[in-house]
Amino acid sequence: MRRNNNRKRNNRNRKEAGGAYAFLLPSLLGTALFVVLPYAELIRRSFCSSIGREFVGLRNYIQVLNNTTFRLAVFNTCRFLIVCIPLLLLLSLFTAVMISGLKEKGNTYKTTLLLPMAVPVASIVLLWRVIFHSQGLLNQVTAILGAEPVDWINGSTAFGVLVFTYIWKNLGYDMILWLAGLSSISDQQYEAARVDGAGAFSCFWYITMPGLKKTMVLTAALSLFNSFKVFREAYLLAGDYPNESIYMLQHLFNNWFLSLDIQKMSAASVLLLLAIAVPVLIYNRMQGRNID
Amino acid sequence: MRGKKIVQRAVLTVICLFVWLPFLMMAASSLMSEGELLERFGPILSNRTGSIKPALIPDYPTLRPYVELLLDSPGFFVMFWNSFLQTGAVLLGQVVIATAAAWAFGIYTFPGKRQLFFLYIILMVLPFQVMQAANYLVLDKLHLIDTHLAVILPGIFSAFPVFIMTQCFSSIPKSLLEAARLDGAGELRIFVLVGIPMGFPGIMAAGILGFLETYNAVEPAMAYLKTRTLWPLSLYLPNITADKVSVAWAASAVAMMPPVLLFLAGQTYLEQGIALSGVKE
Repeated sequence: MRRNNNRKRNNRNRKEAGGAYAFLLPSLLGTALFVVLPYAELIRRSFCSSIGREFVGLRNYIQVLNNTTFRLAVFNTCRFLIVCIPLLLLLSLFTAVMISGLKEKGNTYKTTLLLPMAVPVASIVLLWRVIFHSQGLLNQVTAILGAEPVDWINGSTAFGVLVFTYIWKNLGYDMILWLAGLSSISDQQYEAARVDGAGAFSCFWYITMPGLKKTMVLTAALSLFNSFKVFREAYLLAGDYPNESIYMLQHLFNNWFLSLDIQKMSAASVLLLLAIAVPVLIYNRMQGRNID
Repeated sequence: MRGKKIVQRAVLTVICLFVWLPFLMMAASSLMSEGELLERFGPILSNRTGSIKPALIPDYPTLRPYVELLLDSPGFFVMFWNSFLQTGAVLLGQVVIATAAAWAFGIYTFPGKRQLFFLYIILMVLPFQVMQAANYLVLDKLHLIDTHLAVILPGIFSAFPVFIMTQCFSSIPKSLLEAARLDGAGELRIFVLVGIPMGFPGIMAAGILGFLETYNAVEPAMAYLKTRTLWPLSLYLPNITADKVSVAWAASAVAMMPPVLLFLAGQTYLEQGIALSGVKE
């Protein structure tokens, strides 16, 4: 009887798995053709010389790691991430708490702050030029305070412009994530705390913050994912070779691509893949253990 | 209590001014004649000396820039069409292929599921530039470089819509599917009759996010399209400033219309979609 039941379940599982693979197949085939197979070829090439196609071991990797431009790009990319992601998380949490405090009629604010994510970079370029140009709007404001005019986009201030742009574009997205997290904390907890005499600050510190831990990890991950797209703004505003302060890995890859430097590019791609996949893998393992 | 609300509103309004003012300036400038534009934005548009004089209301509003853009700029139409062709084809492919894949991830248990989903998450997070060389290798082999398909095909197999829709499908109660199976419905029937209606918000959200992403994408066109007449608007628009001063603002405003209108129409789905992307598997 038991065995019969088991067999039945196995049968159904197998049928179910068959159905799943059928639904998955087109996507898997495309991913294999356009991503996985060429990437495997790229990994192979990263160990080969450009002309003879002979095996050269780690030479390409050593060359990339010793490349000063690569180091500059890694440094700039890390600096950008370290500055802009915490800043974005804080600002978006701040606006989310503000809006959720309003309850009714917060929608205008929500729509406004989400709107920049719908605006194409190309439309922003002209606006930003007007604002950050050396004869532009921002300098007129700073001139009132007695400052000298600055070419914001092409000087070392470019980094600040890019951080501002990133936050301007992504504030709404992160705010929505926080709002979803906030709404999952029940009102009863706050009421109970208030009855016990807790103030607004201790409510935030002891109930809101712990309740948002999970949201924070995911918001940070999605902010990281969105941060790589800031290259568009950097490229369309400042071109192939922008100011040194915003020369990122994306610029470097793009320039290697233009000069068809496949060796360096493939080695650097593999390094970057490892830099992203390993933390995700560790996080995934930790999550898995928690669930089990 | 009352005073606190007012402070909150004031702070939020100040933050929102960073969005409203630039758009007002763009709208106003798009209604200026060429003469007024040169006078106001001369230093930026044609290397004049002096300071710019932006305004939120034009001195002599005119629709001429829009007329000129829409009637006398054939180049603009070509780019606009390219953008729509590429975005439309990518979205269509995603709706068919990614929805099915997300259904498999969201509903079924099967060997290798965890590993495959992990692969998709990694692919989703990777910046375009990491895949650029690999993509180029395969597109070159298939002789697709410098065709619309070079942008479209890799775009269809983006992992992001799969991720979003999986989150949505996995929230469908399993008992509902069991009931449908007991009634003798086949797997495909269940997908079409139960999955698509119940996962509709997720599909819409993935569609809107996909539109914003693809319409806005610059990198694939930059890497795989050499012929300028194949370029989408997103890549071409910054050049228009230099070519044609009089329509630069109008072009920026018109290019912004489709995503902004779509955004306003589908904001609820979009918000749901973003919130979904934050829910753990």
